[in-house]
Amino acid sequence: MLTFVIRRVFQSALVLLIVGLVAFSMFRFVGDPIDNMLGQERTDADIARLRTELGLDQPFPVQYMKFLSGAAEGNFGVSYRQGRPVGDILLERAPATLELAAVSGFLAISIGIGLGVFTAIRKDGFLANFIMSASLIGVSLPTFLIGILLIYLFAVVLGWLPSFGRGDVVHFGWWSTGLLTSSGLKALILPSITLGLYQMTLIMRLVRSEMLEVLRQDYIRFARARGLKEKSVNFHHALKNTLVPVITVTGLQLGSIIAFAIITETVFQWPGVGLLFINAIQFVDIPVMAAYLMLISVMFVGINLIVDLLYFAIDPRLRTEQKGAK
Amino acid sequence: MTFKSTLLATAALVAMPLMAQADTLRWARAGDALTMDPHAQNEGPTSALAHQIMEPLVMRDMTGAMVPALATEWGPSADNPNIWVFKLREGVTFHDGAEFDSEDVLFSLNRAMTEDSDYKELLASVKEVRATDKYTIEIETNGPNPIMPNNLTNMFMMDKGWAEANNAVKVQDYEGGEDTFAAKNANGTGAYKLVSREPDVKTVLAANENYWGNGEFPLEVTEIVFTPIQNAATRVAAMLSGEVDFIQDVPVQDIGRVDGTDGLEVRTAPQNRVIFFGLNQAAEDIAGDDVDGINPMSDVRVRKAMSMAIDRDAIKKVVMRGQSAPAGMIAPPFVNGWNEAMDSSSKTDVDGAKALMTEAGYADGFAITLNCPNDRYINDEKICQAAVGMLAKIGVKVNLDAKPKAQHFPLLSNLETDFYMLGWGVPTYDSEYIFNFLTHTKGEKYGSWNATRFSDTDLDVKIEALASETDLAKRNQMINEIWTVVQDQQLYIPIHHQVLNWGMASNVDTIVAPDDTAHFKYFKMK
Repeated sequence: MLTFVIRRVFQSALVLLIVGLVAFSMFRFVGDPIDNMLGQERTDADIARLRTELGLDQPFPVQYMKFLSGAAEGNFGVSYRQGRPVGDILLERAPATLELAAVSGFLAISIGIGLGVFTAIRKDGFLANFIMSASLIGVSLPTFLIGILLIYLFAVVLGWLPSFGRGDVVHFGWWSTGLLTSSGLKALILPSITLGLYQMTLIMRLVRSEMLEVLRQDYIRFARARGLKEKSVNFHHALKNTLVPVITVTGLQLGSIIAFAIITETVFQWPGVGLLFINAIQFVDIPVMAAYLMLISVMFVGINLIVDLLYFAIDPRLRTEQKGAK
Repeated sequence: MTFKSTLLATAALVAMPLMAQADTLRWARAGDALTMDPHAQNEGPTSALAHQIMEPLVMRDMTGAMVPALATEWGPSADNPNIWVFKLREGVTFHDGAEFDSEDVLFSLNRAMTEDSDYKELLASVKEVRATDKYTIEIETNGPNPIMPNNLTNMFMMDKGWAEANNAVKVQDYEGGEDTFAAKNANGTGAYKLVSREPDVKTVLAANENYWGNGEFPLEVTEIVFTPIQNAATRVAAMLSGEVDFIQDVPVQDIGRVDGTDGLEVRTAPQNRVIFFGLNQAAEDIAGDDVDGINPMSDVRVRKAMSMAIDRDAIKKVVMRGQSAPAGMIAPPFVNGWNEAMDSSSKTDVDGAKALMTEAGYADGFAITLNCPNDRYINDEKICQAAVGMLAKIGVKVNLDAKPKAQHFPLLSNLETDFYMLGWGVPTYDSEYIFNFLTHTKGEKYGSWNATRFSDTDLDVKIEALASETDLAKRNQMINEIWTVVQDQQLYIPIHHQVLNWGMASNVDTIVAPDDTAHFKYFKMK
């Protein structure tokens, strides 16, 4: 077990290093930050001076090593755009994204599972068929379009919900939350639906097909034959056994909710790390881009590591193979 | 109840709504200020926010006219033409109560001249700044500088004591890693105080009750809530749903929509920004074309033909939906040196252009790559697309390469483009600024935006002489001569002057400032 963990951790570290290297080699194609940093009145001498000062005249492996040695000490550098430490900025922005991701994840899981079970049980009902067709919208429409449509309907036409921002937030130390104010809660509704819609339909379809599979099994028939209540059969016996693959997929999807909040955050001017990343790309804010990409890859690698470890704990076959290899 | 107290109560009742009515203006635009440090970033949204909180010695009002701010009088010294004397406004205090005097001006100008300042180029001619008494400042330049005050309109004044107490003496830099206090906090003399600021999220300003201009300006806006909203569709939606009262940069396709909504209005005005194409005119062969041995654009007839092929009215009508003014010179109309004859000199004449091309020996045309930004100017990529079709009519086969600004502008500074789009605003409102950057031979100090490879030593001498020519009539004559060369040589192909669109709720009343900077102290609330 321990060797497995150590090996996986080493592999993860290697993946991180490679992600960083690829990211740094790509930055030159994003553009040159110098023109954004200097005013219109810059001279060629200014450009040369700033380039040297920032080390942008160095080959990218050198820049990468500089970044790594800084990151190892917890120093991600100073944002070219805001002139403030990147660590501070990320810490300031993270709560907004995490809160949005958590709420959309919760919506996706609860509504997704609920609708999945419903459409599986009433698989030929009118409503179930309607939900199935409507769910196609969730998988096929791009996020930004859903966002704009929701804004148009609920903010412009009906005037019920705000079209942008996070509303009023309450601060607890470095954490800020919008969950405790009514304007904050209102502001969460549209972005979290936009962000979670794809995952919701995915989970719903997954639960439905798994559930249909399970409902055909013998033990369900026996359970029904025993005269158990329909509710108990569906939710106690059937649903429990459909959840294993659902949990795997959900775990991985949670990572992508956080990573791909970029578009939703841009549409709703949601002050999270995704919006920060978009701004960083436009400005070629290399320290912010580098730190964000590393953070996201740490998250993905971490989630995968946990999933792997869970498999290891659940599946005895992996353990025996391990012994056999030795 | 006595008569007196009844009267008081009545007065209080009448006064109540007036006092309670804090006129909050919710303001949105695409980008946030990058920093509050007044000398770190010379960039539109940054100085627009700073203008509410801090003040320069002289400033541009909403019409673009130069008016007194922290200086009340200024002029060249009678004894020495190299010295400008500024008389400072007396009795002005900073938001923290500190008194404003010449020490602060001395400190601020010296700070703006340090290496990390984005404003040092505007003060490059300054030899020394001196405080002769508590309310007088002398700026000595290397040689006379007739337009010194024009360079100071965005040069904000900080309190020396505040900067020293808060470790903000140095302009914020990117290397230090230290968070400068001045990047997130501000202490100015302006009409509004900074109440709270979350970068890229929300900035709240409140009226400065001790403002020196109380009574002089309308000052009807008492609180400003500024939120950047990047996505254009969201910004317009926020305006339509009444969540904001004032937005800058209304997308041209949404102007009708916003203006047609009850309770909303769009006001437009010509902007201090001209859009044009630059051409490589060096004789050496260029890689980006299909002509061997020579650069076809080194022939002035080809440049003229290309300009004549552009139908600026069609671009205005189709691409800009009427929101542009066709240009014949690369100076916005507010600028000293602009003249109507030159600005209306662009004529579309495809047959004439074809004849010129034939005369130059390119009857069959040639191929060239046009580099164009796609996120910098209003409909920039679409303008280029339109130009591609128009140039095809005279046989110039244009291959369009549109990129984000972060990739486009380095092509110009590294001379890696032969045909490119550029836009230019003139903060000094004087042609010298245009010549210094766009016409002078590219070198260490001058011509940093001149990617045309144009170089004329005589013209360079004349451009440099403008800086110290104090005889304004003679200076204007020289400016006109330089423009004549620029026009005759068809150094650039002017397209149009941009038009600004400000969307506002019907209770907001303002004119549109040509530099896209809203000075809320001039705003009226109906």
